[in-house]
Amino acid sequence: MVQVLRPAQAGTLESGDIFIQIAPAAAGSGLAIELESLVLAQYGQAIRATLAAVAAAQGVQDLVVRAVDRGALDWTIQARMLTALSRAGVALKGGTP
Amino acid sequence: MELRRTMLFIPGNSPAMLQSGGLFGADAVILDLEDTVAPGEKDAARQLVVQALHHVDYSGSERVVRINPLDTVGAADIASVVSGRPDALLVPKVESAADILQAAALVEAAEAPGQGPVKLVALLETPRGLAAAGVIAEAHPRLTALALGAEDYTAALGAVRTKEGREIYTARTLVVNAAAAAGIQSFDTPFTDAGDEEGLLADTRLARMLGFKGKLAVHPRQIEPIHSVFNPTAGEIAWAERVLDALRQAEEEGSGIASLGGKMVDAPVAQRARQVLQLARRLGLATS
Repeated sequence: MVQVLRPAQAGTLESGDIFIQIAPAAAGSGLAIELESLVLAQYGQAIRATLAAVAAAQGVQDLVVRAVDRGALDWTIQARMLTALSRAGVALKGGTP
Repeated sequence: MELRRTMLFIPGNSPAMLQSGGLFGADAVILDLEDTVAPGEKDAARQLVVQALHHVDYSGSERVVRINPLDTVGAADIASVVSGRPDALLVPKVESAADILQAAALVEAAEAPGQGPVKLVALLETPRGLAAAGVIAEAHPRLTALALGAEDYTAALGAVRTKEGREIYTARTLVVNAAAAAGIQSFDTPFTDAGDEEGLLADTRLARMLGFKGKLAVHPRQIEPIHSVFNPTAGEIAWAERVLDALRQAEEEGSGIASLGGKMVDAPVAQRARQVLQLARRLGLATS
């Protein structure tokens, strides 16, 4: 299991982007995602799933995520989440940013 | 050789612009990690550019990434973005053959087994870089072009940068000649006033006249005017076809000398005609 060491953020509030803040969480507390999006009803689940999948792929299980989506596509969400995790002290698998 | 009339810069930390970069018909897009990305966002832009390379359809535009200079974070850029399988890397502030050899070694180390070779384009934008243009152009087989960056260059000289560009005349001809001597392409510096189409057209006509094969672009609206200058005109295509007809006719008649309109068609004329027709065919402008 990979630990998030410190709070970090990535992304912007520009159209087409997503602003992500993450913070360490107590061991065993799991993943908590607070999401704000103009398309929450249509894509909220998909955005949450992408955020969770990126964290899981990096071995991060306990994490607090707050995200403000501005219509980001999946590849942008992945990139911003990876950047946030890297900035939080996670040594990324599959190459570092 | 690649068709590179235009190479359009796309800021590497802007998801919206990275997503739309393939919509404008540029021959190449340059996903930029250098000047358009703030120092504190280099890591974020790398991630974004790698994901864009994997997921965005650039509609046939060649995919080029401008890395940061090798004496800053360029090596880290290469280690990341090569995994996205770009077609080429634009290496800024190249000042020596050693810079290209270093970039080539880093790229080779980063390539996955079976990955096609990532090409290099050298951006010459310092007095040292221009002074070494000849040896840089010959430095490595991966290097397919030289490009001129006039803003940094004139700043380093202390020259006054003008739209007419008299201050970069020597630099332009140095780049074109060094590239031609090495058998690679050359690209002109961007025209930075995106709102001045007349100025762009005049600057592009000069670039074509000097022998550049294309021009860097900083705004999508510059693409069509640049293409209009680099595309052969109907008159040029018709002339080239007449030249080749005259050559064919001379050959059929067993004559060693072809003439057109009373003028001898010598080797340079024939070469120019073939180049015009080759480009025209590539663009779908010629039928023969």
